[in-house]
Amino acid sequence: MDMFDEMQGQEGHIRDPYATFDAWLSEEDATRLRAKSREAEDLFRLTGITFNVYGRSEAEERLIPFDIIPRIISGREWQRLERGIEQRVRAINAFLHDIYHRQEILRAGRVPQEMISGNEAFLPQMIGVMPPGGVYTHITGIDLVRTGPDDFFVLEDNARTPSGVSYMLENRETMLRMFPELFNANRVRPVSDYPRNLRRSLAASAPPACEGTPTVAVLTPGMYNSAYYEHAFLADKMGVELVEGHDLRIVDGRVAMRTTRGYQPIDVLYRRVDDDFLDPLSFNPESTLGVPGIMDVYRAGGITIANAPGTGISDDKAIYSYMPEIVEFYTGERPILQNVPTWRCNEKESLDYVLANLSELVVKEVHGSGGYGMLIGPAASKKELKSFERKLRARPGNYIAQPTLSLSTVPVFTNKGLAPRHVDLRPFVLMSPERINVTPGGLTRVAMKKGSLVVNSSQGGGTKDTWVLED
Amino acid sequence: MLGKTAGGLFWMARLLERAENTARMIETGQRIALTRAGSGADDWLSVLQAAAVSQGYQEKHGEVVPEQAIDWMLRDPDNPASVMAVVAQARANARLVRTALTHEAWEAVNSFWMLLRDALARKIPIRDLPKVLSLIRERNALTRGAILGTMLRNEIYDFIRIGTFIERADNTARILDVKYYVLLPSAAAVGSRLDNVQWDTILRSVSAEGGYRMAVGPDVTPMGIAQFLILDKRMPRSLNFCCAKLRDNLNYLASDYDLRLPCHQLADTLCRRFMSHDVTAIFDYGLHEYVQEVLGHLSGLSHQVEIDYRFYG
Amino acid sequence: MRLAINHTTRYRYTAPVPYGVQQIRLYPKPTRAQTVVDWSITVKGATKQVEFDDHHRNHVMLFSFDPDVTELVVHSQGLVDMADTAGIVGPHEGLTPLWLFLSSTGHTKAGKGCREILRRIAGGTDLERLHDLSSQIHGAIAYETGKSEIAWTAEDALAAGHGVCQDHAHVFIACARAMGLPARYVSGYLRMDGQDEQSATHAWAEAHVDNIGWVGFDVSNAISPDMRYVRVATGLDYTEAAPVAGHRYGMADEDMDVTLRVTQQQ
Repeated sequence: MDMFDEMQGQEGHIRDPYATFDAWLSEEDATRLRAKSREAEDLFRLTGITFNVYGRSEAEERLIPFDIIPRIISGREWQRLERGIEQRVRAINAFLHDIYHRQEILRAGRVPQEMISGNEAFLPQMIGVMPPGGVYTHITGIDLVRTGPDDFFVLEDNARTPSGVSYMLENRETMLRMFPELFNANRVRPVSDYPRNLRRSLAASAPPACEGTPTVAVLTPGMYNSAYYEHAFLADKMGVELVEGHDLRIVDGRVAMRTTRGYQPIDVLYRRVDDDFLDPLSFNPESTLGVPGIMDVYRAGGITIANAPGTGISDDKAIYSYMPEIVEFYTGERPILQNVPTWRCNEKESLDYVLANLSELVVKEVHGSGGYGMLIGPAASKKELKSFERKLRARPGNYIAQPTLSLSTVPVFTNKGLAPRHVDLRPFVLMSPERINVTPGGLTRVAMKKGSLVVNSSQGGGTKDTWVLED
Repeated sequence: MLGKTAGGLFWMARLLERAENTARMIETGQRIALTRAGSGADDWLSVLQAAAVSQGYQEKHGEVVPEQAIDWMLRDPDNPASVMAVVAQARANARLVRTALTHEAWEAVNSFWMLLRDALARKIPIRDLPKVLSLIRERNALTRGAILGTMLRNEIYDFIRIGTFIERADNTARILDVKYYVLLPSAAAVGSRLDNVQWDTILRSVSAEGGYRMAVGPDVTPMGIAQFLILDKRMPRSLNFCCAKLRDNLNYLASDYDLRLPCHQLADTLCRRFMSHDVTAIFDYGLHEYVQEVLGHLSGLSHQVEIDYRFYG
Repeated sequence: MRLAINHTTRYRYTAPVPYGVQQIRLYPKPTRAQTVVDWSITVKGATKQVEFDDHHRNHVMLFSFDPDVTELVVHSQGLVDMADTAGIVGPHEGLTPLWLFLSSTGHTKAGKGCREILRRIAGGTDLERLHDLSSQIHGAIAYETGKSEIAWTAEDALAAGHGVCQDHAHVFIACARAMGLPARYVSGYLRMDGQDEQSATHAWAEAHVDNIGWVGFDVSNAISPDMRYVRVATGLDYTEAAPVAGHRYGMADEDMDVTLRVTQQQ
């Protein structure tokens, strides 16, 4: 299988976007770069850019490996991606509105009703609820992979609470601090206005009950959550309060936070707490992370919850396979971004195909995330294949399968020089009633192990700074 | 500001101050051990008492052994008030209020914790003790400097200062409480060298042996010590100084919020104690009783601040 | 027929409650069988925060506890004009899709007990089968108060062989859904013949039958609801249609008592 390297190209000569960088690199001394690489790591540790690992001791904080070689995308390449991402996010938002209202797409038979009725991410409490400004997905992350110069595929949509944006911002800060000269030689589109755009975008989605300048806050499950650093980071950069469930009460018909001066209403809550834990009165009654009654205030128009509850119905891996139909249905256009071909194992023919070709496919859990519970056929042992086959037969509806794509590589810096590693890309998209804003670039995740296709940070993946050049 | 954030700042500051005080107690204990013969078990016991960690120690170890006492105060995982544990808690609070701190202040606290974690990974041999203690002192100074030099003088800063001074006053009062008997006139009448060592201990426990000479003079007397640690306005660890700062910072909040709360009343009452007393009056009243009352008052004030500024709901 | 309703629920707490919220679904639903002439709800010990119509078109009010209360009193009263529709509520309305009423919930999961009942069901039409279902359940679960628990599932009640109106409704709903018919839970008021004082609020079930719409079944009394039945709230099961649901902080235990008068005025 031909591997596409984004820097070296297929034929082994440096691709255009990397020309200036390559010239700089060839002048650089490996010892200095090694020192810089270590310096970057110290910087991350000092700033406290760590994540907590699930299933380990509460106090353990780990660093996501950062690689100093940037991933570079040309302005022209980006333009097409941006249009495709916008189209997709618009369609996702329209789909959500439809699913929680008339369900025209089900009536039209374009998406089977079972995809919704049997889905735990579907929240009946959202039926008939119109989120302020009609926005469901204030923040979306669209995971993309690349297989060739012009071949990008959407791997996954993240419409619940996509994380990683703090790494995008800190990676850039780190590169700016360490290699300022690179940014003189290359015209890299900035990402640093993301927090300001996020705040603006959230404020623009304020509820009818808001008077004056909207008060925004970030709701975190707390400092032991794996993404706590990011929650604090975003609250800090936006200049808003970082709250937990026990800071909040229902006061005067609003959700209000306990301040040193008493309770003050919140207009827009950027919550990083999952639906199920958001409100013990409406959802999981055992939850202590949420706010009892917040859904009632929401339904009465007293607060904006971002993203809206119930958006998980659109980023489910089973729904994913219908995304081309969804985009066409709501935009009337052909999808600009391709989906990875997907077999739904709940369909008999697909299941047969998947079982017959298991060693060549990637099989994922429909509701899973973070790279857990998935099978990478080509990398699996006979024994693993056998045991997965049993799982598949037992609960076919729980799985989808995709071909193993020949993911593009970008070099990483190792002690022995540059070495190609597989990457993906998560651009971040902001949506307000007025506009859609795609931050140029996004988070590039990289599999640090040679040949590995798993880029998830929870499984040892690293990150890179992502540059979109002004052409 | 969130009530929780105010609480986090208050506790971050208290715990940083506590770490420094505990480290200083260890230094004092070590100093006495070096300057006198005998096992020093009694001295270490009173050091443990002054640092308010003697009960847990005795439950675990019984007999006071200097090495164990040092390890207990520095890093024993069973001691929730060890320097390591306290700095870890201070850092956890800083992490909680991360959005209220400057980058520099956060990094100072975070790197303090990281360095200390490495330095205290293993039991400290006596010969390495000075190095570790000076690391704690330096890092605390750096953290204080980062806060002082980069934080806006606003409510955030006020809560930090309130935490610092409550803890500091509490620490000084506790040292006086544990050692009051060596300052009593009846003890002074004995006039032995032993008492001088005890007096020295008290001064060192609050980093005041140099200051005392400068402010009071070369003659160390119980009356002089009590005067210096309780009433002297120039001494940054005296009860009078700390309580005045405490009241000042509470008053900044009151004028900032345009709201006086019960804690302000309590702070005023506390400060009046130092105006209306001279040190002989305190001795007449009973040094022990006096210090006990101050301790009670401080804990009441701390609690009232929590309520008035809604730290917990 | 005009019914006058006077309903008081009094909660007493063993310690002051620092904070909590109470969701109240106590506003009778206007349907072709019932017209609300006059209705008012007052709550002592708590303050109204918001109100809205939920996805079952229940009118919901959210109250928050006043600081450190030890007693909460929820009082509703009013007049409702009733018409006899032979238990037929009418066509499905609203955005909530009918298929949602086929989903099983924690309280309404059909298991061994339900399957046994279903095997015995006879009848040519869906409607006949539903009536038979109602009487089968009536026979399988004796109505006995004070011996069941509010958290019981349909299967729990079947295993116990006794239960209250809530259990009857849950079993009916579980079975109807297993038959492929949408079903829902109804909470409301029932005027028992010849008595003004009622011991508690009532609950029954509704199933959706093609070409007829929603039809009510009161298993406990082995009839379909008539003019004596005032519909207040509906849901997939008890938890969605409960007249009062709350979440409170603190350690206090709760003690509840209900007084309910339903009188016939015309």
